[in-house]
Amino acid sequence: MSEPQEIILIEKNNLLGIVSDLFAEGYRLVQIGCTTLQSAYELNYSFDKEYHFKNLRFTVAPEEEIQSISVIYPNAFLYENEIHDLFGLTIKNITIDYQGKLYRTALKVPFSIENCPVPEPPKPKKETPPEPPESQKQNSADTKPQED
Amino acid sequence: MAHKNIIPFGPQHPVLPEPIHFDLVTEDEKIVDAIPSISYVHRGLERLVEKRDFIDFVHIADRICGLCSFMHCMGYCQAVEEVMGIQVPERALYLRSIWAELARIHSHIFWLGVSADAFGYESLFMQSLRLRELVLDIIEETTGGRVIFGSCKVGGVRRDIDSETLKGLVARLTNMKADLDELTSVFINDYSIQHRLVGVGFFSKEDAYTLGCVGPMARASGFALDMRTLGYAAYKFLEIEPVVEYGGDCYARCLVRIREIFQSMDLIRQAAGKISEGPIDVKVKGTPNGEYFSRVEQPRGEVIHYVKGNGSKFLQRFRVRVPTFTNIPGMIKVLKGSQVADVPNIILTLDPCISCTER
Repeated sequence: MSEPQEIILIEKNNLLGIVSDLFAEGYRLVQIGCTTLQSAYELNYSFDKEYHFKNLRFTVAPEEEIQSISVIYPNAFLYENEIHDLFGLTIKNITIDYQGKLYRTALKVPFSIENCPVPEPPKPKKETPPEPPESQKQNSADTKPQED
Repeated sequence: MAHKNIIPFGPQHPVLPEPIHFDLVTEDEKIVDAIPSISYVHRGLERLVEKRDFIDFVHIADRICGLCSFMHCMGYCQAVEEVMGIQVPERALYLRSIWAELARIHSHIFWLGVSADAFGYESLFMQSLRLRELVLDIIEETTGGRVIFGSCKVGGVRRDIDSETLKGLVARLTNMKADLDELTSVFINDYSIQHRLVGVGFFSKEDAYTLGCVGPMARASGFALDMRTLGYAAYKFLEIEPVVEYGGDCYARCLVRIREIFQSMDLIRQAAGKISEGPIDVKVKGTPNGEYFSRVEQPRGEVIHYVKGNGSKFLQRFRVRVPTFTNIPGMIKVLKGSQVADVPNIILTLDPCISCTER
């Protein structure tokens, strides 16, 4: 299928400005998602207009604050509360703020860096030296000291 | 000015098969605000990617929800296949579309039954579920499961449907049409049902767009959004036009679902006519390294499966954005200004799937 998906890397401070522009252009907010990295969080803001999928992305440190986009897109409040409850990120000025009570979870922030380890990528295979040709093998066998 | 009261609605309520709660702020009989609460049965399935490798996780995706089981599985498989660059055989794509449409039919007929029960039409409820049973029989014969299909996998599908069974399947659905016509004509023409649905729970196209609503909820307000037009699975080979109504009320949402049942039957007929012989799967080699947002049209609307892998056999991130979750802000908007007595019908016609929401 391969639906074209545009991923745009942005600065955190430019978020509100870019989102306002997208709203003015008639984009619909599709979702806000978060991914735990080794020592930071990756945020994805997805938009769609006439089946054109656009994704804004930036990374934040655990202690950094993010501005809410719920003043521009009113439906963002649920995604932002979800990110706060599951990842522990602080999102400022959410229009409807559940104050950490959207999700009842056994762990306080189940997707935090401490609780959600990133899986180990596979280690690169060690390069094995190429096998010597048969003639060399024969020679090396001949030169080997004979054991009594 | 009337005194404000808060009426709790849910999490247990006769019209709600699954738990969701609303604090309804009322002035006399009019709702002025609605505050939703979820997470009564949250399962945290997304973190199971740490314990199940990307091939095994298909079984978890299949079990996110009962009514949308197959679409979750298909969406997840599509995402992994895109990341790994797997070319799924055409026959498997057709089979996926056929099963997806069968799932849509059984979900929509189930919705008709639940609505009939809420209206107090018990025999209509029984008739709806009797027809749904015929669809479940077809699903059982072709997949081995009735609710959890278990027939999709990364790289294709697990089971084939032979041409005779396909012909029989189409014939059975065609025979069902007469019964469905009779059943749905009650929902369309009955005076009492119209009285309870027409003009109730109005939702404008602008609100549907701004609040990010999807599925029949958006299409009943004139917003033609249907992910099948993207052409995933075999939809690129089929003729499909989103079913749109313009009333924006509970009645329009009911009409959209009824028309979609017949549309799904037509799509299955088209797919059965065009499907060609060939393999149903390809061997999967390697591990996913990359990311993809897979978009699929569930019975309740657009669902997104986000998959991110770093080359490990365990995914780094799996996220599902389900249609009910994105429809909740729209629900709040619809409830504001409604009468308390209309709340059960409004919630029902929005068709929330809490099992998906509490993934």
